[in-house]
Amino acid sequence: MNRTLTLLSFGPNGWMDQIMYGFLVTASLALATLPFGLFIGFLLALAKQSEVKQLRLAAEIYTTIFRGLPELLTLFLVYFGLQIGFRQTLLFFGVEGGIEINKFLAGMMALGVVFSAYSSEVLLSAFKAIPVGQYEGAYALGLGKTRTMTKVILPQLVRIALPGLGNLWMILLKDTALVSVIGLSDILRQAGIAARVSKEAFLFFGIACLLYLLLAIISSIFISAIERRVRRSEVRV
Amino acid sequence: MSFAEQMIPPRSPPPAVASGWSAAKTTGTIAMAFWLIVGVGLIYFLFRAWDPAKVARYGPKYLSGLGVTLTLVSISIVLGALVSIPVVAGRMSRNPLSSGIAYGYVYFFRGTPLIAQLFLFYYGLGEFRHQLEAVGLWGFFREPWNCAILAFTLNTAAYQAEILRGAIQSVPRGQFEGGQALGLNRVQIYRKIVLPQAMIVALRPYGNEIILMIKGSAVVAIITVLDLTGETRRAYSRTFDFQTYIWAAIFYLLIVEVLRNVWNWLERRLTRHLKR
Repeated sequence: MNRTLTLLSFGPNGWMDQIMYGFLVTASLALATLPFGLFIGFLLALAKQSEVKQLRLAAEIYTTIFRGLPELLTLFLVYFGLQIGFRQTLLFFGVEGGIEINKFLAGMMALGVVFSAYSSEVLLSAFKAIPVGQYEGAYALGLGKTRTMTKVILPQLVRIALPGLGNLWMILLKDTALVSVIGLSDILRQAGIAARVSKEAFLFFGIACLLYLLLAIISSIFISAIERRVRRSEVRV
Repeated sequence: MSFAEQMIPPRSPPPAVASGWSAAKTTGTIAMAFWLIVGVGLIYFLFRAWDPAKVARYGPKYLSGLGVTLTLVSISIVLGALVSIPVVAGRMSRNPLSSGIAYGYVYFFRGTPLIAQLFLFYYGLGEFRHQLEAVGLWGFFREPWNCAILAFTLNTAAYQAEILRGAIQSVPRGQFEGGQALGLNRVQIYRKIVLPQAMIVALRPYGNEIILMIKGSAVVAIITVLDLTGETRRAYSRTFDFQTYIWAAIFYLLIVEVLRNVWNWLERRLTRHLKR
């Protein structure tokens, strides 16, 4: 019992400071991926409901690829693919030697493209749930396309898409665990190091699982707060 | 009083809006051109990197890896379906103890990453070697394959339990009451009335769960099970040839797309009677 407490303490004999560092890495990776993924997802959703056939098709291809590939494989493709791509480009210009791709950036890109593929579907169905009359009303009031989008459509879109996006955020949090495989010091990797050194694998992987649960609980509190906030403007019948 | 003296003379229709070369069309064409270049580039790359020796050496391994992935997923999905039944019973029971336990189970397995659960079972249980040897289970937990099956089964059981619960609760109460009024017992009501209706609701989520499991099963490569990803990693570490990853991606995309289309067909077929 005493040994367990020592292992879980902050300080030279404990692993808690390393694991909390991993906690921060996981949280910041997910937070950094979110705006990136949401932005691409939003553009994809716009492309999918465009009248131009090429745009729709291009967006569909993107979604099919990144929803069909395992997240782990996407991560490998991005991480190794970028490295090889850079090396080939450098070789093309006659420079020998490769570059180490930043692992955080690679993780962010891989998780971001997967997140954007899923979020585009959520946003698309939210777009479809908004009646055409809302657009027509806004045009009748003389609002331009951009203002219609920001003042009329987006506030409703957020309200409709929020539950779906909340689910995707939870999935994103769990997917961040995969970056430990390419060696980014997230919760799982730090717990793994602690487990290997201290030979207390069950304890440390259990702690890692509890930390992911903690992240999920914190997020659900935040999401329901946002939901309450956007629901203020809803008409009560 | 004024009135129209004659009909409005026919007029030519307004001029058609010039379907010019809009910004959207430009973007779309550029995007499609990009995909085309990527596609042609990939085919060219694979064509140039085609090496009969490598294909003879790693081709059969890829196929066996594919087999491992599919076997792993089918076993876990079926076992998970069995495990999910008591979990649903617990979730829907009025006894706070059993519903609490079922809720905790579902919350834990849906709230933590599959890869962390896998590590917890594979590395974590290895620590209880002496206790497991005492009850004769060490032989089972020593194998990464068994640990993977165990973790995947428990994981998918939690997800399937939620799917099943949602589907059962989507059946209106009147259906239960109607069954009771006909004098059917609980088992008969579930088997003949509720489940057939619930399964149609659950069909699509079940399909999504299978696809998620196929994609999620790639993490077993980390604990040295040689599934499709595992074979890919091994081939890459020996050859440093990037086409190994491209082939794995093609295989995964093929499985997922085939499954998705089969499932769409199945859904259309099973909901024929609901079409109007």
